[in-house]
Amino acid sequence: MATTIPARPARFRRARNGPHDDTRLALLFILPATIGFLVFLIWPTLRGIYLSFTKFNLLTPPEFNGLDNYVRMVQDPVFWNAMKVTLYYVVLNIGFQTVLALVIAVMMQRLTQRTWLRGIVLTPFLVSNVVAAMVFLWILDYQLGIANNIIAGLGLERIPFLSSEAWVIPTIAFINVWRHVGYTALLIFAGLQMIPETVYEAGRIDGASEVRMFRSITVPLLRPILSLVLIITVVGSFQVFDTVAIATRGGPVDSSRVLQYYIYEVAFSRFQFGYASAMSVALLVVLVIITFVQYRLSRAESSDLA
Amino acid sequence: MITFRQRIRTAAVALVTVTALAACGGTSGGSANGTIEYWLWDSAQQPGYQKCADAFEKQNPDLKIHISQYGWDAYWSKLTAGFIADTAPDVFTDHLSKFAQYVDLKVLRPLDDLAPTSDIKDGDYQEGLAELWKGQDGKRYGAPKDWDTIAMFYDAAALKAAGVDPADLQSLTWNAQDGGTFEKLVAHLTIDTKGVRGDEPGFDRTSVKTHGLASEGSGGGGWGQTQWSAFTGSAGWQATDKNPWGTQFNLDQPELQDTLSWYFGLVQKGYMASYEEIGGANAIGTDKQIQSGTAAMGLSGSWMISTFTKLTDAAGKKLEIGLAPTPIGPSGKRASMFNGLADSVTTLSKQPESAAKWVKFLSGAECQNIVGQSGVVFPARPAGTDLAIAYNKNERKLDVTPFTQQVKDKTTFLFPVTTNAADIAALMAPRFDAVYIGSEPVGSLTKLNSQLNDLFKVAQ
Repeated sequence: MATTIPARPARFRRARNGPHDDTRLALLFILPATIGFLVFLIWPTLRGIYLSFTKFNLLTPPEFNGLDNYVRMVQDPVFWNAMKVTLYYVVLNIGFQTVLALVIAVMMQRLTQRTWLRGIVLTPFLVSNVVAAMVFLWILDYQLGIANNIIAGLGLERIPFLSSEAWVIPTIAFINVWRHVGYTALLIFAGLQMIPETVYEAGRIDGASEVRMFRSITVPLLRPILSLVLIITVVGSFQVFDTVAIATRGGPVDSSRVLQYYIYEVAFSRFQFGYASAMSVALLVVLVIITFVQYRLSRAESSDLA
Repeated sequence: MITFRQRIRTAAVALVTVTALAACGGTSGGSANGTIEYWLWDSAQQPGYQKCADAFEKQNPDLKIHISQYGWDAYWSKLTAGFIADTAPDVFTDHLSKFAQYVDLKVLRPLDDLAPTSDIKDGDYQEGLAELWKGQDGKRYGAPKDWDTIAMFYDAAALKAAGVDPADLQSLTWNAQDGGTFEKLVAHLTIDTKGVRGDEPGFDRTSVKTHGLASEGSGGGGWGQTQWSAFTGSAGWQATDKNPWGTQFNLDQPELQDTLSWYFGLVQKGYMASYEEIGGANAIGTDKQIQSGTAAMGLSGSWMISTFTKLTDAAGKKLEIGLAPTPIGPSGKRASMFNGLADSVTTLSKQPESAAKWVKFLSGAECQNIVGQSGVVFPARPAGTDLAIAYNKNERKLDVTPFTQQVKDKTTFLFPVTTNAADIAALMAPRFDAVYIGSEPVGSLTKLNSQLNDLFKVAQ
């Protein structure tokens, strides 16, 4: 703002060097990212779709078998069960996580300015999924876990958190809420920072309570951020894998055999990469549909602030 | 003068070149520089095999052995990844439940085609062991290294407290109706939190401190090897129509279903820990259950001898562990699964002849005697086995007859070797878990049986 004379307007330099545009340079700059995108995203996706029409064990060449994998998928009760279990997990995980994250984010903004306090909220996110799962596996162990020893100490019955069909998905959902809620809260917190303080001032002058302002100001103005957060977290939640792989390996019976874990099992322990690819394509389709619907329903591209 | 744009272009070209070079480079595991990569999963066995490696290197100065050990679960996923990424070892310890699949995937080299291992003789090993490692094509894919059977480990202190004479354990019988003298003993060794024994009035089966029998899970993933196989075996049941390479399964037979209904029924009676108690998918083993006092005795394999004899109580004092044979069943005989490990050479090895030389050494008398003297497992050669028996007798004061007698008396049955083993395990494990938990009746295994049979209809 302070500079009044631009060092040398771009127009002059261009005029002197003759006409040219920056397209080629721009392309060059996005080249690395594009290569990564093509090599690590587009190519695997296309190859995965191709493999879903083959019988492939990874060590011998794939054999084309048409729609066999998809027919098998539709008839596979374990696949449908995995779909159901995954959905149940996503509903619990996203439900708790979003509400909790919103409350934490609002508290971070409205109640405290301390960076260290805000930092603490994020710490579980710094722990890797595998470590978090291992730690909770011990905390929640039926015999030795500290949680169950406290429960037993209170004179209550021990809870088989990870070894009963009823408890296992809520428990895994809780573990992942614990790990991800800080990160989600931070994203929402960033959105809150974008809401101008003046709106709250006006509310306060009108005599609105904190709760009223939360409902009538914060939530509506946060909608675009919230829907973005939801899209990211729902997509991530559908792909739950590591916690299951460490803590339950799909059990008891099939009660935590989520889709990603079933795909992994079919591919890497049963060597049926064709069928596993077909199920991955199904997951991709489901995610595309869900994201599209969410995007449309929440009008994520427009803000009420403008 | 080099302009900014030129510099960018140069950098971009360099980047692409580096990426391309890196892609071309790649690393290969089975290197050809005279170092043979060898994998095993049991850390307890590593020192013994390291001694073998040292002896081998002395005799073959141009070859080096590099041993890597990974825990059971990581081992197989790492191996799979190795086959895909060309980082698999030259030689690895193979398991009967896995090798058929690897033969189908063409990642194992037939040992008959390699000069050093072409003259391995079946007769050099404990009866039946070497034949197990021949594929359906009749070729040998593994050189026998050891064998294992099942027996009962017990906490001598728990027996003493219960007033049980250890000699009584040598002649226990069981049946699917009332459990026989075996179930009577299990009941007597079970103690609830108030100190009441399982066979006394007032016993609270919902609040048990020490179970009479330890549990190693439902056994659905490995044919009940350390769970129910000793019972189904002594009831005269066979898993498949023929072994190896069975294609018809017998899970619908009453010998299996009645036995399992009695076996998992021990949970309802409070004599054995429930699925929830042992921690579901991450079940703790019989050794830890006996160590922590949550079980008084349990079935386990001979490969666990050294682990059991090293157990200590909370104060660090060594536990006194005893051994008894599996109980005699309705067939009038006892039974134990007879399983063995072998060493296989991968097709990815760049030095198959050298790798075969190492396999030949591992399966030879010298190495198996070294392993026998370390007392961790029973080597496949009878002379090695005798050394392991002597080691246990002299060093551990432990009589391992309960393991060896079954082989002598021919009361063993072989681990069911089939193709599609990974699919079978994936189908079986959840269904057996459900029976253990009690959410499905034993009769549900009849449906599972037809699913298993269907696997072979598709394959043929």
